[in-house]
Order: sequence, then C-alpha cells, then structure tokens
Amino acid sequence: MIIVNGKEFPWEEGMTVRRLLELKKYIYPRITVKINGQIVNEEEYDTKVINDGDNVQCIHLMAGG
Amino acid sequence: MILNEYKYELGTIERGYNNRSLYINLSDNTIKEKEVTQFMKDKFIGGKGFGLWYLWNAVTPETKWNDPENEIVIAHGPIAGITQYPGSGKSLVVTLSPLTHMPMDSNVGGYFGPYLKFSGFDALELQGKAEKDVIIFIDGNRGIVQIMESDVEEKDSHLLSEILTDRFAKNEEDKKNVSVVSTGSAADNTLIGLLNFSFYDIRRKAVRLKQAGRGGIGTVFRDKKIKALVVRFEGTKGNLNNPADQGKINKAGIKLHREICLLDDKQNRMRKIGTANIIEIMDQYDLLPTHNYKFGSHKDTYKISSDKFQARVTQGLPDGCWYGCSLSCAKAADDFIPETGPYKGQKVIVDGPEYENAAALGSNIGVFDRDAVLELNFYCDTYGIDTISFGTLTAFIMECYENGILDKEKTGGLELYFGNKEAALELIHQMARGEGFGKIAGLGIRRMKKIFIEEYGADADFLNDIGMEQKGLEYSEYLSKESLAQQGGYGLTNKGPQHDEAWLIFMDMVNNQIPTFEDKAEALHYFPMFRTWFGLMGLCKLPWNDIVPEDNKYTDEPAKIPEHVQNYVDLFNGITGKNIDKHELIRQSERVYNFQRIFNIRMGYGKRIHDRTPYRSMGPVTEEEYLSRQERYDNQLKELVGIDPEGMTTKEKIAALRKYREDQYEKLTDAVYQRRGWTMDGVPTIKKLKELDMDIPELIEVVEQHL
Repeated sequence: MIIVNGKEFPWEEGMTVRRLLELKKYIYPRITVKINGQIVNEEEYDTKVINDGDNVQCIHLMAGG
Repeated sequence: MILNEYKYELGTIERGYNNRSLYINLSDNTIKEKEVTQFMKDKFIGGKGFGLWYLWNAVTPETKWNDPENEIVIAHGPIAGITQYPGSGKSLVVTLSPLTHMPMDSNVGGYFGPYLKFSGFDALELQGKAEKDVIIFIDGNRGIVQIMESDVEEKDSHLLSEILTDRFAKNEEDKKNVSVVSTGSAADNTLIGLLNFSFYDIRRKAVRLKQAGRGGIGTVFRDKKIKALVVRFEGTKGNLNNPADQGKINKAGIKLHREICLLDDKQNRMRKIGTANIIEIMDQYDLLPTHNYKFGSHKDTYKISSDKFQARVTQGLPDGCWYGCSLSCAKAADDFIPETGPYKGQKVIVDGPEYENAAALGSNIGVFDRDAVLELNFYCDTYGIDTISFGTLTAFIMECYENGILDKEKTGGLELYFGNKEAALELIHQMARGEGFGKIAGLGIRRMKKIFIEEYGADADFLNDIGMEQKGLEYSEYLSKESLAQQGGYGLTNKGPQHDEAWLIFMDMVNNQIPTFEDKAEALHYFPMFRTWFGLMGLCKLPWNDIVPEDNKYTDEPAKIPEHVQNYVDLFNGITGKNIDKHELIRQSERVYNFQRIFNIRMGYGKRIHDRTPYRSMGPVTEEEYLSRQERYDNQLKELVGIDPEGMTTKEKIAALRKYREDQYEKLTDAVYQRRGWTMDGVPTIKKLKELDMDIPELIEVVEQHL
C-alpha cells in the first residue's frame, strides 16, 4: 500500500510514476509529482519506481476558470 | 437627434488615474464630471471598487433594479490600458441585479474600458431612464459626450455593434478606435440580459464581442432604454497611463511574454484553444456538469472536446481582447451558418466557445453536438443572454420536464428533455421574441421555482434541491459535490455562485492539500481576496495561473504562483508610484470585499441564511445519482460517516450522506466566517473594519444593526 495525496492506494511491484498516473487517471498536463517530499522530474516518470509504503503527492496545479 | 451635448477639457492620465469620472442621468439628460477623490482611491482603488462606491451612494435599501436611481457603472482601474502586460484591458460593470437584488459585478474584455480611460474618465455612471431608446457617444479626442435618440432598428448585438462601429469610425482604418457596448433583443424580455463589449478585429475585418455576462446587467441596460454606448479614441499607446516607473512594468511584461511563448503549448494551450482546453479534463475528473449537475462525466463528451472545437474555431490565429495580450485566449468560429432563427443561413462569427459555454450549452443540457453548442453560443451573445444562466436554467427545466413537473402543455409544445437541441434553440428564440415558455424561463431559476410550486403544484423540497441557483444567480459550470471547499467557493460569495472568487476543486478534492476546516477557510479567505484584486485593477485573471513559471513547483506555495503575485505588486507600484507588498495587495481587496458584503446586508441580504446552497451542489439528490457512483458514496458512509451501508435502502443512504455533508458545510461556514473576521451570522465586525481602516460611519451604521 502507498499513500497518494493523503489517501491509501494499492501498490504493485515495479510501479512507476507513469503507471500510477495511469491508474489514477490523472490526465491533467501540469502535475508535480513528489515521492516522500522529493520532486520527480517529468523525464523520470517512466523509470522512477515507487516503493511499497511511499508517500506520493500528485499536485495538479490548476486553479480553474 | 442630439438630446444633450457636453464638452469637456481633455486631460492626461497621471499614474493610472484621470481623477474624474463621467456621470450621465438619462431621465433628464444630465451629463457632468465628478471628482475621483483621494478617499475613493485609498479605499476603493478603482474598477469594481469605484462601481460599488458609486452605486452605494446612488441607491437606498428600498431601491429595486428597475428603479431610475439604480445605476450601471463601468470602470476599469489604475492598471487598465497598459499594453506591456497580458490581460490588462478589462472593464468592471456594477449594478443592482434583477436576479439577486444586490450589487452584481461582471468582468469583461473589449476596448471600451481602456478607451473610456484614455478619453479622460476613471468610471462611467449611468443613472435614470430615457423615454426613448438612446445612444451615448463619447468622443475621446474632441472632448465631447452626446446623448442622442437612437435611429437604429436592429436589436441584436452582432448587428448593432457593426452598424455603430461603421457609423462612428472615420474610415476602415479608424474602426479599431471604436468600441460599442450593447445588448440584444432578449435583454428586453428576460432577467438574464448581458452586455457585449466590442473590439474591432483588424485581421478578420470584423467586430468581435466580449461579454459582461452575469446577473442581468443587460436587462438593466435596456430598462434604461440604452441602445448602445459608443466610445471613440484615436492614439492608443502603451504609456498613456503616465506610470511612475515604466521600466518596472516593462520588466514584468517581458518576463511573462517569455513564459507564455516558451510554455503555453506545454501547459494549457490558451493560445490554441483558450479556456475550452479543460472540457475533457473536467470530464475525466468527474467535474463536468452533466444533466443539470447530476453527474460529472458522460460517454459522449468526446463529441464536444477541445479538439473538436479547435478544428472549427481557432484557424491558427491567437486572439486577444486587448492590445499586448500574448496569452490570447479569445477565439472565434468564422463563417458559421446557423440552422435556426432569424439569422438562419447567414454567415456569422461566433466568439468562443469558452469552457463555461461548452459546459452550459453542451453537457449540462445533454447536447453533445459541437455545432449546436456554437449556434446556442452565437444566439446567446447576439440576443444578449448570459450563457451560464441560460445553460443552467435550461438544465433545470429539462430535469423538471423529465420528472413530469413540466409537460408539453405547460411549455407550449417544447419537448424540453435532456439533449433536445431543437427545443433549446427554440427556447432561446422565444426569449428573444418575448414569447411563450421563453418568457417564463427568462425569469431565472429562483422565480421559476416559485411558479412551478405555486401554479403547477411541484414539490418545493425537490425543486429547491435541484434548482442550481443561490442568491438568485444560476451556478457556473463546475460540479462541486466532491469538494467541500468549492461548495464554499460557490456559496460563501458576495454576488452568488460564480467561480471567479475561488476555484479550489483540485487543491481540495484531488490534491488533498487543504484537508482541515482551517485549511479550507484559509483558502477561502486568500483566493477570493486575491482574485477580487483583478477587478479593482482592470485585469484579467487568466495570466495569473493559466500559465506558470517553469520553476513554480519548487516554490513554497505553488498554488499562489508567487512570481506572478510579485509581478502584480510591481505593476501596481510601477503605475502608481506607491510601495505596496503582497500583503497590502490582499488588504486592498479585503476593504472592497467587506464593503460589498455590507452593501448586501444593507440591501437585506448578505447573511448566513443567504449563503446556504442547494443540495445538488453538495451531494446526490436522487437515487439515480447515488446509484451511478454507489461505490464512492458507500465508501464515504463507511469511512467518513462511520455507518455501515449494508442493508440500508438507497433512500436511507442518501439521507445519511446528506446529513453528514450539510453538517460539514455548516462547519466550513463557521471556519470561513471566523477567518474573514465576521460574526457567525456572516456580518463583518467593527473590529475587522477598524483593522482595514474601513470603519466609515455609514458602514458602521449598517453592521451595528446586525451585531
């Protein structure tokens, strides 16, 4: 289990940032991802692996109409 | 025929202000200048602040929207009219609204505001009522203001603005120096009339329109028998504000232009498709209002997604509604041919659609048809109808129709079920003609509820739950059910449920950045105050956060876009020569925000009871809604409410969830009032007014009656 935006989310072996965004259906183009407080650059989304128990933040920087 | 003419001395703007405004009374054709005092500038800054102050002095607590003393005030603001920073050409329009009976404010692009400023005035006050239709003309180069009887027969804005641009421009090249404010035929027959502000598009060689949409301002305009306002000013330059420090303004502008150039294609594609870029995003996150806000997504949304509009709309021309706006979110569909109505078969320009229009005229009424959305958009604009109110009230009607509250007999034959675009179009044409069920629909949801309850025997509780209006104003187009903070962003507002005060859905529902009541209250203090500031200055909100610096994510408070906040501080200081910081920026807004709240209280509204919202904005009203997201709601009952839904009927589950959510809203209201320095009844305290240097006797006199 990992924490995503403060809530529990099932973890899977080898889960990358990209995979997490797909599972969460986060399609917004301006998302800042942090794992345990460290920003992950967009170029690393396909390779950066999330470990069981990690605290992940997917911050959508959107303040609307 | 000229009814009155007034000649005035041309002047120069000093540090963003002319220090005078123009007052016109249409009952006796008075035209005069008024001094803009230091008191006004200190307390109310400009724009919406000036509008509210003038309106406060014009009306009494007994004044109704259609009384002669009601005013329409158009004001820009000290920063308006610069050309170095994107989004700097806005006008703010203030009046007593026929929908809410309180002050309404609406922010609009187009050239009228800047040209009014360059012509010598910080605001235009319109009071009284003319006997016959009039046109008011301001010649900003010759120093002449005229009130003339209208001889124009056309009643709709796309024609009116074109005819008057042709008439008042010296030649084709001069058309860019003319701006027209008008409305259309439906403003005569509904309470949801808007104002169109024009600008001449030299690339298309056509007049374009931007809308002051909310709250029925166009209805007040026609009640005063104003056909149009026209301003002409030749000689627009970037330095006409005579700023204290032009370099500071240029520096901020260059920085933002560079960001837009480098990053817009990767971020929000505002230059390519404008605000419509978020249609499919809202759908994906279950936030796109569908079928009168019952649901947040629909299988057919792809038919009205941004790429469908992009293919029809943009033609690769980035568009701005004022000079120097490189964000260029304005869009138009050229050579659009309506299939219905008086302009059927003619080639017209449709401005837009904005996201709001696509949601209001599309998903919310179940019309997943791009060209039908464009046709509704065209007719809303030219008839002078607020697209948001039209979409939301039509969605309400459609739900009533599908529930048997309305039928063909009551609607005069219109089969107003979700997705019936022909019926929606006929409804809008009826509004323009002042006929049939369109007359009833044009009264807005609040009045329709009363009619349906009293005359058709409808269930009052059900209508109050599904009628998406608050304070009399129809909701704008976001689903707030899963975001408590956004429920407050709509409900705990001054003018009604319009998202221009706060849009917190992602911060709250998706990012979970503001989990506690105190966090939400802080956001519902900061963002409404920050956004109010745009309306004091004559600025557009979009360049604040629809483009962000590349390194914004590394800042302490990315949601505030700190670098852009500093840009605004620099712009204000650069123009005025003052030395405010980001904290004083918020205080400037707080003064006007609290003033508007007290104005509402003075008019008999503006208290806690008026901040309550329809349950549809908070949660599932019907079994159909609950069952559509049953897993989500069942989990919430278990995890948040502490109830095991096993064995409960859907009706029981809806009731349990409702009790919880309504209680949450009350707790949020407590927290927000406390943060804003108000009593638990929503009244600004004298202590708060003193802190803000707003302990003006006439304000104290109002609040004292409610403490």
